[in-house]
Amino acid sequence: MTDTVAGAGAPATFGVRGYPAALEWIARRAEAVVIPLAALVVGMALFSLFILAVGKSPVQLYETMWRGGFGSWFSVQNSLSRAAPLLLAALCVALPARLGLVVIGGEGAIVLGGVAAAAAGVALSGAPSFIVILVMGVAGMAAGGIWIGAVGALRHYRAVNETISSLLMAYIAIALMNQLVEGPLRDPASLNKPSTQPLADIYRVGNMPGMEVHWGLAVGVIACVLSWVLIEKTRWGFAARIAGGNVRAAQVQGLAVGSLIVGFTGLAGAFAGLAGMLEVAAVQGSANASLAAGYGYTGILVAFLARHNPLAIIPVAFLLGGIDASGGLIQRRMDLPDATVLVLQGMLFIVILFSETFYGRFKAFNPDLWQRSS
Amino acid sequence: MDATGIGLWGVPLAILGGAIRVSTPFIFVSLGEAITERSGRINLGLEGTLVFGAMTAYAVAVMTGSPWLGLIAAAIAGLCFGLFHGWICKFRGVNDIAIGIALMLFGSGLAFFFGKPFIQPSAPDLPAIPLGAWSDIPQVQAALDVNVLFLIGAALAVFLWWAFRNTRAGLIVRVVGDSSDAARAMGLNPDTVRLIATGVGGALAGIGGAYLSLYYPGSWTEGISSGQGLMAVALVIFARWNPLGCFAAALLFGGAGALGPALQSVGVTQGYYLFYAAPYILTLIIMIATSSPSRSLAGAPGELSITK
Repeated sequence: MTDTVAGAGAPATFGVRGYPAALEWIARRAEAVVIPLAALVVGMALFSLFILAVGKSPVQLYETMWRGGFGSWFSVQNSLSRAAPLLLAALCVALPARLGLVVIGGEGAIVLGGVAAAAAGVALSGAPSFIVILVMGVAGMAAGGIWIGAVGALRHYRAVNETISSLLMAYIAIALMNQLVEGPLRDPASLNKPSTQPLADIYRVGNMPGMEVHWGLAVGVIACVLSWVLIEKTRWGFAARIAGGNVRAAQVQGLAVGSLIVGFTGLAGAFAGLAGMLEVAAVQGSANASLAAGYGYTGILVAFLARHNPLAIIPVAFLLGGIDASGGLIQRRMDLPDATVLVLQGMLFIVILFSETFYGRFKAFNPDLWQRSS
Repeated sequence: MDATGIGLWGVPLAILGGAIRVSTPFIFVSLGEAITERSGRINLGLEGTLVFGAMTAYAVAVMTGSPWLGLIAAAIAGLCFGLFHGWICKFRGVNDIAIGIALMLFGSGLAFFFGKPFIQPSAPDLPAIPLGAWSDIPQVQAALDVNVLFLIGAALAVFLWWAFRNTRAGLIVRVVGDSSDAARAMGLNPDTVRLIATGVGGALAGIGGAYLSLYYPGSWTEGISSGQGLMAVALVIFARWNPLGCFAAALLFGGAGALGPALQSVGVTQGYYLFYAAPYILTLIIMIATSSPSRSLAGAPGELSITK
C-alpha cells in the first residue's frame, strides 16, 4: 500500500511502454490491497458462521453494525471520535514494528500520558489556555515517550524482550495511575470514581468546526502522515527499515541502531501519550480509571491490519472505530453481549495474520512470472 | 484475615499461604509454556487460554455441579486453543508471537462473550487439603489449606524435569526445539511435534484457568486474570526452561502477588496499588537482570524466536 502512494515515477514509465507497463505497475501494488481486503471479507464470513452458531442473524448483525458505525452522519461522527485515539495507539505499534520490534504495551503510555497531562493542566490552572493545552500535550508525550522509550532501551542495551516488557509496563502504568489518582492527585470531590481535579472548560480541547468530533482526530491524522514521511522519505526512516530487516547489516553499515531504537520507540510512546492527553483534555475532563479503555489493545489490531503502514492506519482506524462504536447498538438491538465486538476483532486479527502466508504466492501479482507472448 | 492474635508474624505467614494459593495458576501455565518453548515455539496466547479456561471450568461446574468436570472441560478447551496455535504457526510467514497476541485478545473476547450468564451463579469449589490441621492458630490453618491442584502441579514439575532428560518424548521435544534440521535428519516432523507440544501447553494453561475460577479467587469475573498468563511466559525464561525452576519461580511470583493483601491484613493500606503491581515489577526486574545483549541465554532452545 505504501508504494501505491510512493511510486511517483510510474506515470513516466507508462509513457514509454504504455498499457502493459501500467498493468504491471498496478499488479505489483495490488497485492498489498487485495490480500488484506480478502482477509477482512474472510474474517467477516467466519464471524457470520459464529453468529449463526449462537442462533442470531449475521445479516441483522452487519446491518446493525453499519447503522451503528457508518450509516448516518451521527454514527460516522461517533466512529471518527473513537478512531482518534486508535490512530495514535496504532502508531505506537507500527513505528517500532518497522524496526522489527513488537511493542504491545501502548495502553500504559496512554494511561500515563493522560495522568501527566491532567497533572500539568491542574498545576497550571490560571495560565492562558493555549499555553496550558500545549504544556499538557508536551507532558503527555513526554510521559508516554519515556515509558515506551524505556522499553526500546531495555531491548537494545539489555536484550529484554520488548513484547513482554511493554505489556508488563502497561500493568505497572495502570497501577501507578490508580495510586496517583487515589492518592496525591485525587480530587476530594470525586467520591465514587476517584479522579484528578476536573479541567476548567477553557483548557478543554474542543470539537472541529462543523462536526461533533474533537480535534484529536486531526492530530491523529497529521501524526500518521508525519510518521509516513518519517519512515518513507527521511534517512532516519530508511535507516530504521534497514535495521528492521537485518540488525547486523545495519550495524556493519555503521548505523546507530541503539539511537534508532530508542528514538522510534520514544516517538511511538509519545504518540500514545498524546492519545492519553486527548482523552483527558477532549473527552473525560480529568484523569481516572476510564483512561484504560482498551484503545492500546485495539491499536495493536489496527497496526497489524494496516501492516504497519502509517497511511493505511487512517482508514483501518476508522473501520475499527466504527466496529467499536456499533458495540452498544448490537448489544441493545440483538441481545448479544458487549464482547461480541471483541470476538469479531479477535477473528479478524487471526485471519489477517494468517493472510501473511499468501504474500508472494500469486502469479497475478508478480509480473516477472507472467508468460510473455512476444 | 485478622492478624492481631499473632501480630506481625501474620505477614510472612499470609505471604506463605498466599504464595501457595496465588502460585498454582503460574505453575500450570509456566509448565505448559516450558513444554511449548522447549519445542521451539512461543505461545503468548496462554493469557487468553487462561481466561477462557477459567470461564469454561466455571460454566461447566455450574451446569453439572462437579468442579472436576469443569477442570476437564477447561483442559480440553485449552488443548483446542493450543492445537490451533500450533497448527496455524506451521504456515510460512505466520509469526508465532503475533498469533499469540491475537489469540490473547480472541480468547478473552470469547470468554467474555460466553461467560456473561455465569457472572451471577456460584459454582462448587475444587477441594483443598487442610495440611494445617495440627495447629490451633487459625492463620496457620488458613495458610496451609493447600489445594490439590498445587500438589499435582508440584508433582508435574518433578515429572517433567525427569521426563525431559530421561524419556524418548522429552528428547524428541528438545531436539525439535534446538534444531529443526537435526530433527528432520532424525526423521521427525518438527511441525507435528510443535503442534502436540503447544496443544499440551494449552491444556495445562486451561487447568491453571480452572484453578482461578474454581478455587482462588473462586468466581468468574471478566477481570479474573490480569497478566498471569503473560508473566508465566517471562517466568519460563527466568527459570531457564527448567520445570523445577518454573515451580520455584511460580512460588516467588505468588509470594509477590500476596504481598499487597498480606500487608493490608495488618492495616498497611498505603501504596496498595503499588504492592498490587509487585509481581509485574518483580518480573521486569528479573528479566532485566537475567538478559544480556552479549550472550545468548544458557539453556535456551535454539529455535526459539524470542531469544534470537
